[in-house]
Amino acid sequence: MSAPSDQVKPGDGSAPATQTPQQVSRRGFLQIGAAVSGGLVVSMWLPDVARGGAALDAEAFKPNAWLRIDRTGATFLCSQAEMGQGVHTSLATILCEELEYDPKRIKVEFAEADRVYDNPVLGVQATGGSTSVKFSYNPLREAGAMAREKLRGAASKALKVVPSSLVAENGTFRHAASGRSVTYEEIAAKAAWLPTPRTPELKKPEQFKYIGQPQGRLDATAKSTGTAGFGIDVKIPDLRIGFIARAPSFGGTVKTLDDAEAKASPGVENVVNLGTGVGVVASTYWHAKTAAEKLKITWNEPKASISSESIRDMWSKEVGAGGGRVAHKVSDAEGSMAGAAKKLNAVYEAPFLAHAPMEPMNCTARVSKDLCEIWGPTQSPGISQVVGMEVTGLPDTKVKVHTTFLGGGFGRRVGDDFVRETVRLAKETGKAVKVVWSREDDIKQGTYRPASYHEIAGGLDGQGNVVAVHHKIATPSILNQVIGGFAKAMLPNWMPLGLKGPMAGAIGGMIGGSGDPTQVEGAADPGYAFPSHKVEVYAHDPGVPLAFWRSVGHSFNAFVMESFIDELAHAAGKDPLEFRRALLKDSPRHKAVMDQVAEKAGWGKPLAKGRFRGVAQHYSFASYAAAVAEVSVEKDEIRVHRIVTGIDCGRVVNPDIVRAQLEGGAIYGLSHALKQKITIDKGGVVQSNFHDYELLRIHEAPVIETVLVQSEADPSGVGEPGVPPIAPAVANAVFAATGKRLRRMPLSLEDADKPKPT
Amino acid sequence: MSTTFTLNGVRKTVDVPDEMPLLWVLRDVLGMTGTKFGCGMAQCGACTVHLDGNAVRTCILPISEVAGKSVTTIEGLGTPEKLHPVQAAWVAENVPQCGYCQSGQIMSASALLAHNAHPTDEDINTAMSGNLCRCGTYSRIRKAIHRAANGGGAK
Repeated sequence: MSAPSDQVKPGDGSAPATQTPQQVSRRGFLQIGAAVSGGLVVSMWLPDVARGGAALDAEAFKPNAWLRIDRTGATFLCSQAEMGQGVHTSLATILCEELEYDPKRIKVEFAEADRVYDNPVLGVQATGGSTSVKFSYNPLREAGAMAREKLRGAASKALKVVPSSLVAENGTFRHAASGRSVTYEEIAAKAAWLPTPRTPELKKPEQFKYIGQPQGRLDATAKSTGTAGFGIDVKIPDLRIGFIARAPSFGGTVKTLDDAEAKASPGVENVVNLGTGVGVVASTYWHAKTAAEKLKITWNEPKASISSESIRDMWSKEVGAGGGRVAHKVSDAEGSMAGAAKKLNAVYEAPFLAHAPMEPMNCTARVSKDLCEIWGPTQSPGISQVVGMEVTGLPDTKVKVHTTFLGGGFGRRVGDDFVRETVRLAKETGKAVKVVWSREDDIKQGTYRPASYHEIAGGLDGQGNVVAVHHKIATPSILNQVIGGFAKAMLPNWMPLGLKGPMAGAIGGMIGGSGDPTQVEGAADPGYAFPSHKVEVYAHDPGVPLAFWRSVGHSFNAFVMESFIDELAHAAGKDPLEFRRALLKDSPRHKAVMDQVAEKAGWGKPLAKGRFRGVAQHYSFASYAAAVAEVSVEKDEIRVHRIVTGIDCGRVVNPDIVRAQLEGGAIYGLSHALKQKITIDKGGVVQSNFHDYELLRIHEAPVIETVLVQSEADPSGVGEPGVPPIAPAVANAVFAATGKRLRRMPLSLEDADKPKPT
Repeated sequence: MSTTFTLNGVRKTVDVPDEMPLLWVLRDVLGMTGTKFGCGMAQCGACTVHLDGNAVRTCILPISEVAGKSVTTIEGLGTPEKLHPVQAAWVAENVPQCGYCQSGQIMSASALLAHNAHPTDEDINTAMSGNLCRCGTYSRIRKAIHRAANGGGAK
């Protein structure tokens, strides 16, 4: 796929007549169009870090879009969404390492939506795919080093000594010979006017002071005192609260509306028919929601006929008919299978899942004729900005997106649904409106991790070696549903919206045509040396709204692959760990993390009575992860007592945050392994709140021990890779305990069926 | 429809419908946003405050039930400058991830410790099982409660 490449375009030509220095620079930096490559990884606009966002200011030093130093101290402008993964702390640490500034004292602010912050992996300013540290590692080190060297120039002038005689340490330049020193804060305003040096040499890892150390989270105090500002906490003058009555099924629209009683309800100011729902604007959430319950609405329900059963039956028939897209092929799997000494066939299933972040969905907006402001907990300020432009018709320079802390994201807050309806309601009413969802709407009218249906076959030779694996996956494409929004936000700001729509469609078509990698991730690249291997995809989309969900396709494909490997190991009469080790002969990093986890878990050693172990390993987001679960089963109840979980994510920026992500990933993985299921009936969701869409609670949480593999490799994903190995490790431990193979999530012994050797 | 109660040691009178939940009085009428909305049906504990020293869920607590009583919210427990020992333990253990549920967790934990200075793991399970955390910080919550019980707020 070719791209509008090699064009160097100065700015977007749309800067306003009067500008602050920061606006000039941010809009004026060079954007370089990079090639649009195949697959999901699309990168159209790479910021030139050396220049990006630099600004002249009389009071402050702003060497790039990420850093500001004035007399009060240094501030890191974080473009990535802080949703619990610790990105404020991790990225500030990377910047501070080269800046020579203790991360404990840097202030962190939320950067506004700006193309300078585009995620080079995703092509828009967005947080997802466990990419933040991976793509920021070198650019932020360079940004810190450049700033330090400009400051050195200013310090040498201030102290009248040669620059090379100064040593930078925690925000101060010291001149050893004279004993004099000057702080960054004192010279910041002067540094801004000095020429930018060539990219200085970066530190060697052995010189690191902060990277690799367990720094405390910079947001821990705010988040322990109720002072951290989440989207739902936004306070602006004359703010009203919006509540939206939503359709009972997917894609529903308002057929008839009687709003007389709701309008008469206390505190209600506006009732707006948005087509997809009815918005009630009132003084408080309680007044708005109480009034919305008085609306009399009938709905057009285009999807009312679908159910979980109808979707499963459709996929089962589709797979049975054959002819799926071949996403991965090594040798002749069907031929090898025909000649196998032992054959296993299995059907695996995983349900739709909601994200259920603890902060209910919300967004705040205010629209005037020449300004649209959006405040919200969004994972994709870049997409939010385009939504603001689409709804209001204003140019990007007139649409400001202010990101807040996110009370959990997990992929749910990449979407634009909650932003679009809020901007529409603000525009229609002319008021500052914060739309807050109920938990019921979050569970029933969200966007979901797709369900999946799998038929998988494996063949062994006479010695119990794998000769073939043939995996047929039926699951709808997330990318096909969301690519439009991404593509519009990837296209350059100067392009009129009328052009962006068709262009985005074309990009979506090109990417969709080559297949959605999230359907097969983890199935097509398990690290195992199968002599023959085929993965087919069946992608009939029933129309349930979809979203990325922490670890995406890996969340079901790891369950299938790592459970089925276990089935093959048992069929071969081999130890599941040794069986995997043999198949990972060409995958040293997969094997190393699995071995270290197995050793810590005491694999092969005696267990307490009634306890059993299961193992799984899985590569995702460029990191290698493994888990061993220790379970007991009593009266068909699965109890997880201990999880040992490990990761090789390359160089570790903050070991305590990586451990926290593994701990949280284990709990997240256990919630979907043991509890969560979204059931579709009459085109809508049956579950409604935490009583029937359950999350793991503290009394159910096992002891969790973590393993970090020492690595010199470039940093890779941390937020998601810990999730995929958990469910199969538990399922494999349940098999060890009961001899029953659980092939449907969430795992339940009522569902148990026996292996089906043919 | 006016209700008078004590909020973080200060007398407050609000003029709102009797059935309005305390959560929304705190958040949308008084602007006290440290207490969080999570589920609206006492399933998640994000909205926990102390009512006369006991942990309660404010999303289902009508304001009329609060009349004449004393409410302590996360803002009244401690401040960034002067942390309550439980908050100090939370910071020391780096408990929060997204942080959204932590006001409720801390209010439940501080109520537990006020009644039981040295809780066992079983006591912690009982007192804290009503507070959900989607990020999965449970093992650190447990450690932080033990740390606070042992007088070790700061690291």
